[in-house]
Amino acid sequence: MSFAPPKETWSGKTFEITIGNGAKAVKIGGENVFSFHGFEGNYPNRPVIAYEVQDIPPDDWPQMVKDVYAGVSADPVTWAKHCVEKLGAKAIALRLAGTHPDKGDISADQAAETVKKVSSAVDVPLIILGSNHAEKDSVVLVKAAEAAKGTNALLGKAQEANYKTIVAAALANDLKLIAMSELDINLSKQLNILITQMGFDKERLVTDPMSSALSYGLEYTYSVMERIKLAALAQNDAVLQGPMLADVGMYVWKVKETQALEADLPQWGNLKDRGVAWEAVTTTSLLVAGTNLAIMRHPDAVAAVEKFIAEMEG
Amino acid sequence: MALTGVEIFKLLPKTNCKKCGQPTCLAFAMKLAQRQASIDQCPDVSEEAKQKLGEASAPPIRPITLGTGARAVKIGEETVLFRHEKKFVNPCAISVKISDNLSQADAGKVIAGIMESEIDRVGQKLRVDAAFLSNDSGDASKLAALASLVASKAPELPVIISTTSPDAAEAALKPFAGKNAVLYGANKDNLEAMAQKAKDAKAALAIAASSLDEAAELTEKAKAIVPDLIMDSGARKAGEMLRDNTYVRRAAIKKGFKPLGYPVINFVGRGDSMLETVVAVLSVTKYASIIVLDHLEKWQSLALFSLRQNIYTDPQVPMQVQQNIYKVGDPGPKAPFLITTNFSLTYFIVSGEVENSKVPCRLAVLDSEGLSVLTAWAAGKFTASKIAQFIKESGIEAEIENKELIIPGYVAILSGAIEDKLEGWKITVGPREANGLPAFLKSRA
Repeated sequence: MSFAPPKETWSGKTFEITIGNGAKAVKIGGENVFSFHGFEGNYPNRPVIAYEVQDIPPDDWPQMVKDVYAGVSADPVTWAKHCVEKLGAKAIALRLAGTHPDKGDISADQAAETVKKVSSAVDVPLIILGSNHAEKDSVVLVKAAEAAKGTNALLGKAQEANYKTIVAAALANDLKLIAMSELDINLSKQLNILITQMGFDKERLVTDPMSSALSYGLEYTYSVMERIKLAALAQNDAVLQGPMLADVGMYVWKVKETQALEADLPQWGNLKDRGVAWEAVTTTSLLVAGTNLAIMRHPDAVAAVEKFIAEMEG
Repeated sequence: MALTGVEIFKLLPKTNCKKCGQPTCLAFAMKLAQRQASIDQCPDVSEEAKQKLGEASAPPIRPITLGTGARAVKIGEETVLFRHEKKFVNPCAISVKISDNLSQADAGKVIAGIMESEIDRVGQKLRVDAAFLSNDSGDASKLAALASLVASKAPELPVIISTTSPDAAEAALKPFAGKNAVLYGANKDNLEAMAQKAKDAKAALAIAASSLDEAAELTEKAKAIVPDLIMDSGARKAGEMLRDNTYVRRAAIKKGFKPLGYPVINFVGRGDSMLETVVAVLSVTKYASIIVLDHLEKWQSLALFSLRQNIYTDPQVPMQVQQNIYKVGDPGPKAPFLITTNFSLTYFIVSGEVENSKVPCRLAVLDSEGLSVLTAWAAGKFTASKIAQFIKESGIEAEIENKELIIPGYVAILSGAIEDKLEGWKITVGPREANGLPAFLKSRA
C-alpha cells in the first residue's frame, strides 16, 4: 500500500520582519506553514529567543534566577553585555520595569538614557519594553523610541489603552512595533486594524496575544496562537499575518511552581530543574503553537529550547 | 467516513419508541452522529443496520485501552487537529522505560517511582500511566524476570512489553494475560508471529516501522490477527515526529485513511532529562497517544502532567475549583479573609499572589460555574446574596474573630448589598487585579 502524505499548503504567509541592523540583525516570520512544518512548505526563519534584561535590579525575580545574574544585574549595560558575550544572546529584551509608578517611577528621560546606553553597548537587536503600566508607558516609550532611532529596534507594547502615542513614536523613529491584546483573536485583530489605520505598516507589526505560564492559562495562549496562525495562513487575513511574540519569563517566574521549595512540596521534585523546566516547557509549547519570537530569563531554559529548535530543524 | 444524522435515521426502525431514551428516532440519530450515543441503546435495530453503522461510526483513530481496573487508560479516538475546534478526547499515556539490564533492586526503584508519581491538580489525579519494559539485554529470561517483578510489585500498572523476539514476548506477556498489555516491536520480519503472541495474550500490538509507508503496510497485515494496533513510524528526532504525527492525524481524520487510523507511540528518551522534557512537549501537543520517557524525575512529571492537562482541557468548559474556604499559609483567627470565584485561573492567580504576600489568609472560593470575577458578576453568578449565603453556610463565623470580608476591587459595587445581607460583617474592597494583593495585604499587616 502506498501512502501519499497529506501535505497542507496555504495561500497565506506571515510577514518577514527584520529587527536590528548589521550582521547580527534577526529575521522572524515569513512562513507559509505552521511552526516547524518545513517538510511541506516554506519555513525560512527559526524562532528567535531574546534574553530579558531590566533597567533596575530584578528584586522580584526568584532567587535562582537572580543568582544567575548576580554581579551583572545591578547595571543594565553590564547585564546586557553579559547576556550577549557570555550567554550568546541573539537579541536583548530591555524591560523598563523601573518606570512603573510602584517600582521607583523612573522618569521617561532617565529610561531613554538607559535605552541609549544599552543599545550602543550591544550589537544584537533590541526589544524595548515598557513596565506594562498603560499610562506611564505612553510617556516612557515615546522617549525610549527617540533614543532608539535608527536602531531598527522592536518597541512595545502598544495596547488598546495607549496605542496612539506609542504607534506615533514607532512611526516617527522608524521602529518595529509590538501590539498586545488579552487572549482573544478578535481583540488582536481589532488592535492591529486600529494601528494600521494610523498609517503604521502592517508589515512592521508583531502580534503579542498575551502569554501565560504552564498550568496558569497556557492553553488559552496556545489556542489563540494557533487560531491566529490559521487565520494568517488559511484565510489569508493580512491583519493577522505579523509574526507572534511570547513574553514568557515574566509570567513563568512568578508562579508557585518556580518558587516553592522541595522541602515544602517534596512530590514536586527539585526547584532548580522544576523552575527551568517550567520556563522551557512553556516556551516550547508556544513555539509549537506559532511563536516566532520569545522572551526568556533563565539561561538553562534558553539552552534547552535552543536544543529543541535544533532538533526540529535537523 | 462518518454518516450524517439523516443517513443514520434512514437505518433506524423509525418507531419513535423512546426505548433509547430519546424522544424520537431522529433525535437519536442526531446523537449518534455526534457520537453522544451508542447504537446498542436501540433494542430494535436490524443486524444489517448495526453493521453499517458500526463501520461508519468507527472513530477515525481506533480507541485502545491499556491495562484494566482503576489504572486503565484509554487512548486514541481523536477527532480533530486543533484543540480549539473540539476537545482532544483521550489524554496521551505517559510511560517510563525500564530496562531488563537493570538489577531487580534498581528496577524495583523505578517501579516504585512510577507508582508514587501521582499528583493531584485541580481535582484531577495525574500520574505516570504505564511501564515500558525493554528487552535491551536481548535475553528472553531477563525480560520475563522483569515482567514478573512488575506484575508482582505493581499488578494494576499497565505495561508495554518491548522486544523483537516472539518467544521473549510470549514469556514476558504471560503474567499480563487478559490485562490489556501492549506488545511493542512488530516489524516486517516478525509481524505474524508477534501478532499471534499479542492475540494469545489478548494484548494490543505496536508496530515498529521505519516509515509511514511501512507502518500502513504492517497494520493492514496485522489487523486480521489483532485489531488493536499502535504505530511507531520510526521517527526519533523531534522534527521527524512532528512530521509523521501530523501526517498520521490528517490522514486518519481528514482522509479517512484506515491503515493509519491507530494511536501513535513516540520515543522521546534523551540522555539530558531537560531536553527529553521539551521534546516530550512536542509529543504531548502534537498528537502522540503514548510517550515513552527514559527518565522519571518528579519535576519532569509535574511539568508534563500539567502540560497534558492544559492541552486536553475542554476549550468550551473552563476549569473549575471546588467551592470551599481554602487556607493559604497558617491563618490565625484574625487573618485576612478574602473571596473570589472558582475559575481555576482566577483561583490560581489569587492564591499565588496571596502566597507571594507571605501573609497567611483564608480564601473563600464561590462556585461561579468557572467564570472569572467580572464575567461572573455580569452573569449573576457572583452576587451579594450568593456570597452572603455561602459565607453563612460555610460555618466560617465560628472560626474567625474579625468578621471582615475582602472582596475583589472589580465588584466594589457589591459591598453595600453584601453588608445588608451579612449582618455584623464589614466588607472591605480589595485591589482590582490580583497582582495588587501583596502590597494590599502587607499594608494591613
